[in-house]
Amino acid sequence: MNKELIRQEVKDIIAAIVPDEDLSVMTNSGIIREEVNLDSMDFLDIIMELRKRHKVEVPEEDYKFFATLDSCADYLAPKMTHLTH
Amino acid sequence: MALKERIVITGVGLTAPNGNSLPEFRHALLNNVSGVVKYQTRHMGEVLAGVCNFDELKYQKRKELRRGTRAGSIAIFCGNEALKDSGIDLENCEDADPRLKEIGVYLGITEHGNVETENEVWNLGEFKNDVKFWSHHHNPRTVANNPAGELCLNVGLKGPHMTVGAACAAGNYALITAAQNLILGDVKYALAGGISESIHTFGIFASFNSQGALAKLTAEQPDPTKASRPFDKNRSGIVCSEGGCVYVLETLSNALSRGAKIYGEIVGYGVNTDSTDFVLPNSERQAECMRLALAKADLTPAQIDIVNAHATGTPLGDEQEARAIHTVFGDYPNVRVNATKGFIGHCMGAAGALELAGNLPSFDDNLIHPTMNFTEFDDTCKFAGLVTEKPELTKSVKTIANMSSGMLGINTVVIVKKFEK
Repeated sequence: MNKELIRQEVKDIIAAIVPDEDLSVMTNSGIIREEVNLDSMDFLDIIMELRKRHKVEVPEEDYKFFATLDSCADYLAPKMTHLTH
Repeated sequence: MALKERIVITGVGLTAPNGNSLPEFRHALLNNVSGVVKYQTRHMGEVLAGVCNFDELKYQKRKELRRGTRAGSIAIFCGNEALKDSGIDLENCEDADPRLKEIGVYLGITEHGNVETENEVWNLGEFKNDVKFWSHHHNPRTVANNPAGELCLNVGLKGPHMTVGAACAAGNYALITAAQNLILGDVKYALAGGISESIHTFGIFASFNSQGALAKLTAEQPDPTKASRPFDKNRSGIVCSEGGCVYVLETLSNALSRGAKIYGEIVGYGVNTDSTDFVLPNSERQAECMRLALAKADLTPAQIDIVNAHATGTPLGDEQEARAIHTVFGDYPNVRVNATKGFIGHCMGAAGALELAGNLPSFDDNLIHPTMNFTEFDDTCKFAGLVTEKPELTKSVKTIANMSSGMLGINTVVIVKKFEK
């Protein structure tokens, strides 16, 4: 599976939510909320965009998987096969 | 019965459909420049509206713009412009700076929350009404204090803030509320004025339309800039507009101590309620409100140089107000009257504040702006002293009485005097 597509989609969603931030600082393994200024409402925007764009539901107990771009991709890969296949 | 403390205006920031600063706005009012255009809105299609074009990113980042509301954005632009104009220095204020707690924010708005709710309902429809798609931002966007709160968040202000709800009199009422809080000593400065984001709902157009109160174009009158016609025989209704105007208010002693420029002094005000109808105004109560304001200002009707009327351009509304103006000022030929909505439409919660701003420069240039689109009175709506066609030059302008009324019968008058040492 091409997890790079998922990482890029998450970055695109973050870019729409925080358009003033420089996302070139983001790394695949870095803690997203340390690299980019995202507050809790921004995080919920990510969840909402996944729901709207990809019909992906993320229950609250799974929010912990959104710590890094790598962990996002690992978590979302089985839910976003329409993107990676 | 003068105010217990002298309150002055020391800064102005505004956006109107025909100007984004006081000089621009004033120039438009003296040169017959309208801000009314054809405008597309959901479900209604083409309507007429006053649309603002201020730089949304002058004081906000794109993320703030995305997260906040149009009303908040207008408040942020106008509030920052007013602060800059006033010379109050908040640059490089540390978070704990006590000056940030000394400023209160009092913004009038006719309604709030409709823009966001209409958008969310529309969005929900796109997702088969599944409420999981309802935004988590909706509550903070729609609380009634949102515009004032967004201004505080943007500047870092830590004093009191509130949104004043008084229908189309809200702008005036916010100035009154601010003056009262300054007199109490609860704040040292007030950012006060009014905001309108109303054109971003379809509902306000639809409701006025259902009421038969919306100005429309006809084959005989196809020009949007001529649709809003306060007091005119051929007036046909309201043009809804967005806009904002925020003033810095402070006590005279504080203004003098820091060498502030003074635009004028608030010397009196009146507020009352018709208690007669949901939508139709009451000329007797409007006249009574003017007399309350005059009494508070220790002024007689003859001492008023300019009366700015509310005058929305509806047949019945203007008729009632004309009667009130005639009742109070009819015996005094020196009193001049103007109305601003012919230029900019009805800026709702911002109307009173913006329309006062349009007349404030008269203290310096002695010109009284005309009532755009007025050609003649009809038999049931007339009074003496209306300035029409072109600006009128007078010997001096020292007093302005600013009238605003609103639904559920709220009436307000604010009287501003030229400051003379």
